[in-house]
Amino acid sequence: MCLAVPMRIQEIRPDGMGIGELAGTRHEVDLSLVKAPGVGDYVIVHAGYAIEKLDENEAGERLALFKELADSWQVHSP
Amino acid sequence: MKYVDSFRDPAIAAPLCDRLKTRGAALAARGGRARIMEVCGSHTMAVGRHGIRQLLPENVTLISGPGCPVCVTAPGYIDAAIALARRGVTIATFGDMLHVPGSEGTLGECRSGGASVEVCYSPRSARDLALARPDREVVFLAIGFETTIAPVVSLVDLALREHIGNLSLLTAFKLVPPALRAVLDDPEIQVDAFLCPAHVSAIIGPRTYEPFARDFRKPCVIAGFEPLDILFGLCAILDQMVEGRASVENLYERVVHEDGNPIARALMDRYLRPVAARWRGLGQLPDSGLMLRDEFVRYDAEKRFDVPVGPGRESPGCLCGEVIKGKRSPLECPLFAQRCTPTDPVGPCMVSSEGTCSAYYKYERRMRA
Repeated sequence: MCLAVPMRIQEIRPDGMGIGELAGTRHEVDLSLVKAPGVGDYVIVHAGYAIEKLDENEAGERLALFKELADSWQVHSP
Repeated sequence: MKYVDSFRDPAIAAPLCDRLKTRGAALAARGGRARIMEVCGSHTMAVGRHGIRQLLPENVTLISGPGCPVCVTAPGYIDAAIALARRGVTIATFGDMLHVPGSEGTLGECRSGGASVEVCYSPRSARDLALARPDREVVFLAIGFETTIAPVVSLVDLALREHIGNLSLLTAFKLVPPALRAVLDDPEIQVDAFLCPAHVSAIIGPRTYEPFARDFRKPCVIAGFEPLDILFGLCAILDQMVEGRASVENLYERVVHEDGNPIARALMDRYLRPVAARWRGLGQLPDSGLMLRDEFVRYDAEKRFDVPVGPGRESPGCLCGEVIKGKRSPLECPLFAQRCTPTDPVGPCMVSSEGTCSAYYKYERRMRA
């Protein structure tokens, strides 16, 4: 039940509600639980609420690290 | 889908599987085995969907933990919700709760009998229902772990700000760390390490797991729900075990920050206080739940309508309680895939799409032979 999906904020309304985009579809998202949300930010959405921002730099670094480790293990495995 | 597909890259997964095997062998060389509990139901589903269990070396076992909020909801809670529905209250709920068996039946059956039971994707829909029908009382079934609690309790915040008088919560919120402690305190459950939940951790932060690493010497690794996240998480656990270490590692930094989500926690703290909670399988655990503070009692459906939540009666023969604790696999239950199926579930672990039995029914049944 704790499944949540990454959405990109397309629009923030004056009442603080946002519109998130997921695979080409638009969804209403409550942004009240994240700090300083901005249009263009990625957020993790659970039950209609953004519960946290998704840090694009961290995502890129983690992926690069995964690739690097995988490469090194490939070379060294018997 | 950005930030999903890239974490499913098979070119990276292949050497990872080799790595798991060599680390498993290194552990076996020291006479060791790893019993790793994947705490969260979303991990259980992802492990099944991506066939990860089949990739593990023989001495590495994944055990599904108590991390499905629907599954751990005690039957007495369903009984109370049914009693409310029969009294003419509109029940608003996440869909999975419709089919969870109480002592006598389900909310779904109650709805077929004419009761007003509305399924909501978001708690906000309950507020919309209450606004649309000011003549009716609306009760939201407030279940969930840390991930879900702040979204649900924000309903009270909305009700206060918008002066909505006909909305309340039947609370059965649960906290993950006390459940992990209960698992470790039970001598019959042998767990060597935790694959910690992704989105619960986004709220509570990695530091919460430190006592499990420090005092119980159990490696705790936070990983996302994509296959690469899980495979790397398992590698990190095996690394720690091979090297004789036990620490908290956060491999999901793209979402889980050092101090979790303080905004969500402040909201929870404003409206809720700790309470002993009853878990299916684990029984009553002190301070393992949250209930509304006394000053918000008018939003507490249990008190407002005087429907005390008792223990209730679990379905006879159902092993859900044992499955939730990681003591038994669904494959060991005589009802599994026989009398108990997703279309006609006997226990809650078969009801919820993230329940262990449901995940095994969908993905792991062939392992039975």
